[in-house]
Amino acid sequence: MQLKNIHKRFGQVHANNNISVTFHPGRVIGILGENGAGKSTLMKIIAGYQPADSGEIWLDGRPVNYHDPRDAISHGIGMLQQDPLDIGAFSVLENFVYGQSGGILLNRKTSRQQLIALCQQFNFELDPDTPVSQLSIAQRQQLEIIRLLGLGVKVLILDEPTTGISAAQKEQLFNTLKRLAKEQNMTILLVSHKLEDVLALCDEVIVLRAGQLVGDMQMPTTKAALVELMFGAQIQPVKRESRLQPNTPIVLDMQQVHLHDGRLDIPQINFSLRAGEVIGLAGLDGSGQALFMRACAGLIKPHAGRVFVKGQDLTGQSYHQFNRSGVIFAASGRLEEGLIADMTLTEHIALMYEQNTWINWRRAHQFTQRQIERFNVRGKPDDPIQALSGGNQQRVLMGLLPENATALILEQPTRGLDVDSARWIWDQLLTKNSAIIYSSADLDEIMTYSDRIIVFYAGRMKVIDDPHQVTVSDLGHYIGGDFS
Amino acid sequence: MRERLIRLGFTSGALILALGVTALLISMFDHSPIDVLETAWDGAFKDGRRFSAVVNFWIPLTLASIGLVVTFTAGLWNIGIEGQMIIGAVCASWAGLYFEAPSVILIPTCILLGAIGGMLWGMLAGLLKLRFGVHEIFGGVALNFIAANIAIYFISGPWQPPEGGSAQSTPPFQAAATLPRISDDLQFNLLFLLITIGAIIAIGLLLMFTRWGLTLRAVGKNAQSALLLGVRTERVTLSAFMVCGALGGIAGAHRVLQAYSSLRPSPAGGIGFLALLVVLLISFRAWWVPFIAFALAAIIAGSTRVKTLLQLDQSLAGVLQGLIVLTILIFNGLADRLTRKDHHE
Amino acid sequence: MSDALVNSLNSIVAATTPLVIASIGETITERAGVINLSLNGSILLAAMAGFAAAQTSNSVIIGIGVAAMIGAAVALIIAFAAIELRRDQVAIGFVLTILTADLATFLGKPYVNIPGPRIPNMPIPLLSDIPVVGRIFFDHDLMVYFSFALVLMSWYWMFHTRYGLALRAVGENPQAAFARGTKVNYQRYIYTIIGGALVGVAGAAYSLSVKAGWFANAPMDGDGWIALAIVIFGGWHPFRVILGAYLFAALRRIVADLQSTVDFPLVLLNTLPWILMILTLMMVSSGTLERLTRLLPARLQRQFRNVLRSDPPAAIGTRFDKN
Repeated sequence: MQLKNIHKRFGQVHANNNISVTFHPGRVIGILGENGAGKSTLMKIIAGYQPADSGEIWLDGRPVNYHDPRDAISHGIGMLQQDPLDIGAFSVLENFVYGQSGGILLNRKTSRQQLIALCQQFNFELDPDTPVSQLSIAQRQQLEIIRLLGLGVKVLILDEPTTGISAAQKEQLFNTLKRLAKEQNMTILLVSHKLEDVLALCDEVIVLRAGQLVGDMQMPTTKAALVELMFGAQIQPVKRESRLQPNTPIVLDMQQVHLHDGRLDIPQINFSLRAGEVIGLAGLDGSGQALFMRACAGLIKPHAGRVFVKGQDLTGQSYHQFNRSGVIFAASGRLEEGLIADMTLTEHIALMYEQNTWINWRRAHQFTQRQIERFNVRGKPDDPIQALSGGNQQRVLMGLLPENATALILEQPTRGLDVDSARWIWDQLLTKNSAIIYSSADLDEIMTYSDRIIVFYAGRMKVIDDPHQVTVSDLGHYIGGDFS
Repeated sequence: MRERLIRLGFTSGALILALGVTALLISMFDHSPIDVLETAWDGAFKDGRRFSAVVNFWIPLTLASIGLVVTFTAGLWNIGIEGQMIIGAVCASWAGLYFEAPSVILIPTCILLGAIGGMLWGMLAGLLKLRFGVHEIFGGVALNFIAANIAIYFISGPWQPPEGGSAQSTPPFQAAATLPRISDDLQFNLLFLLITIGAIIAIGLLLMFTRWGLTLRAVGKNAQSALLLGVRTERVTLSAFMVCGALGGIAGAHRVLQAYSSLRPSPAGGIGFLALLVVLLISFRAWWVPFIAFALAAIIAGSTRVKTLLQLDQSLAGVLQGLIVLTILIFNGLADRLTRKDHHE
Repeated sequence: MSDALVNSLNSIVAATTPLVIASIGETITERAGVINLSLNGSILLAAMAGFAAAQTSNSVIIGIGVAAMIGAAVALIIAFAAIELRRDQVAIGFVLTILTADLATFLGKPYVNIPGPRIPNMPIPLLSDIPVVGRIFFDHDLMVYFSFALVLMSWYWMFHTRYGLALRAVGENPQAAFARGTKVNYQRYIYTIIGGALVGVAGAAYSLSVKAGWFANAPMDGDGWIALAIVIFGGWHPFRVILGAYLFAALRRIVADLQSTVDFPLVLLNTLPWILMILTLMMVSSGTLERLTRLLPARLQRQFRNVLRSDPPAAIGTRFDKN
């Protein structure tokens, strides 16, 4: 497969700038780059999700032209999205069948045999009758891979497949991909910003920076060389010293708390948070972190047990009460839970800070202007919030967090941000001196910023009192349920 | 500038289409659309008395519409406005029938009871939504039918006239409940007129300048975000239902006091649904309510005359109103599409 | 079983047929992710037009055809406004429910209380001879048998054909459907129109089967809203929808029969269907239904997963744009 002079623009941004590259069969090729470097755009073009503005794609020595993902698959190109594009209400079998060609009637028997055979071939444990909504992300990835293989795909693209899966699941995935490349002579394209993954798996790496192809490297190589290609210069990892003093007061205390939400059950939580402490929550999606954080903020009520904030019993009280006691929650979906589309920056500020009956719009406007300058937001007070870029929205959200909060409960505060923006966010957070509970899918981030770490697996919790005693790979095993 | 012209053109086009289709329907019944238009115009504007009829439709329609601006701002489809008007009418009727007091006390009491009744009925829809997860569209529709049957129950049961119930009407209210009119020519009530104008201004200002207005908008656009930004979303939702219900209840009180001076089946007469159309037409902007409501009120008043003179069913008014709203919504969409394409190029 | 009871069950089946057809139509539409809120008005207009056409042409077939076209046309307006013009489906549906009801009253004036044709009763040979069951289910007109067939066909289509997979996928996750080659908006047009046509047929079922004719205070006014609620109760599954419709009709009938025996104001009894509707929706959203199904053995739960599910199609009422 060959790409020739691919261009793609989104408004001012030149997401792909004249990219030409050749991918050979039988190899696993890593596509490296920071967030926003243009990796995902390029892959979506190859897989037919977006058209390129100009440029050509050649397969087996001939130019090809396709307009949608289905077309791409019929040319043998399939893509596994970061969040697998499947239908939660379907069973595994239905998901496998949907998209295959055939007569009006479904031939469940043949399809089932095909599915089971493919599962056995790769040691995947997928029950054909389970609804997809009950699968883990790793299982949904397996299903998508099998589905694409069933459609005869020869080029398989994977977008950040190792986010949100455990170390053991990652190993299984990598073994599968290696086998596909070697035994079936497929081309595997692995999009990632994780150097370890690329080093562990790939035969070859290409690196994108700001929409351009900046490098091409054969394995083996060193991490340092890759970092230099990605960022242009070496970056020192940040080390954070614990600033926790002994005997600081407890600000949030959970005693014998029992949480339950239909699928998950966390039977007994005894946990306390000290003033100024930063606690990182690690775990696969849906392992209980979200439940735990919402219980900390009073957004869900515990089945049993008591929750104290600064010594005051707030069990069963509303989020509003927790708020008054200085507990602030910020969710991961910025425009879904946190900011309000169609409302201006000033209106957001007024909502947070103008508590009187009549709103002083002039004061709110001025304060917004000040916050914009302080948090370096690219936007004006009267801009609707959705007109801002993701990074700027996150900065606004930071500007909305009160200075004197007792505890900030932050769900994936840096999700989708590039390294620089993420670090800036953390600088701001750590100057606030509030206690912080945060979750992240990025284990490096967890290791860097936490005074304590709690690992979640299927509703079980493992508390790590001293992060210096563990490594990232230990954490990888813990989040897979291997607590020993 | 060009965009404005396009929009103006499309809105006029929508109106012409709606009128054209209505004219066609009228011709199907062997009437001349011009005759009907003249009769309707006379029916609405010929003299002070007929104009008064327009105002007497305008008052409840505007009250209900301005209430719906509140619920729509909070993102709520208060389809139950019709029922809130009916319960308001029933409560006001109780005072009109049995609460013996001089006019200066009795009439405000009727209005107040109407407001309270409507408010409670609105609150019920709100509680069903918040506590029991019944969407306000379904809760509202059900509560409308229940309210209508409650009205019929009182008419044919406890409040039936002494000569026996015909299920058509209660006995007339006490004389003290008769609304004073401004003059022989201007047969509408000053107090209700002032309440209506006051409601428009008050709601308009509250929405623009108070925290309550801001929280309503926040909840309407994204309740989950609003909650996390410190808004007590359930209270805000409930308050929107209650304010809208209260305004609807006052509208219901006006219907029974002004139009019939007794309680009759379906006292709201579809005005609540019409108010929903008004508010959809102006995309929830409070200051437009009185003007659009006036136009639709004129159509109803005119159609009454058309019915008596030309024997065309009064549902013609509803057909015209529905067509206008539908064509304008659709033509707005066409204009959006056109101007959006312009931006892309 | 006593004859009276069997007769009464027979008439419940007959009287519930329009509700079944309309609810299945709406189920199909909503499965594709579109809400047709115009049901109540659409049914009235289609009932009137269907009767008028049948009366004029003296052919019930033409009547049914006209009614179906009316329902389809109204649905087409909703689909067009929602898909091409990005209008709010609920708003357009609401305006249409008001407009079509007024149109029915206005245009139907000449047809009020006049006699007209009716779909003839046609007991199915052999089947109608089965004791009890035969009389209840197989001693009806073709409209009733059509409703049975419709439930079976729509179920088979949704869950056992390739097209059914696409239909459900479009309502659950349009992005994923697009990725697998389904033309999302095209599918939505098709199923909205089919659903609308069925709503129209339901209208004709009222005016040509249940009680022939058109009346000033149309007796089916309100049933469109009930049909919308039954779709929710039915969990968007044809079998549960028909069960919900029959349960609802049976309860309504029991209440009506109680009038004679219980000393209670008749008009207040009229509120009971609506109270029932609220209670039904409360039961669905409070999870009572789900808790009940959890009492079943796990194997059965999995086997009947589609029937037992109460979640609405995930993408209902949303718009789909490529990219």
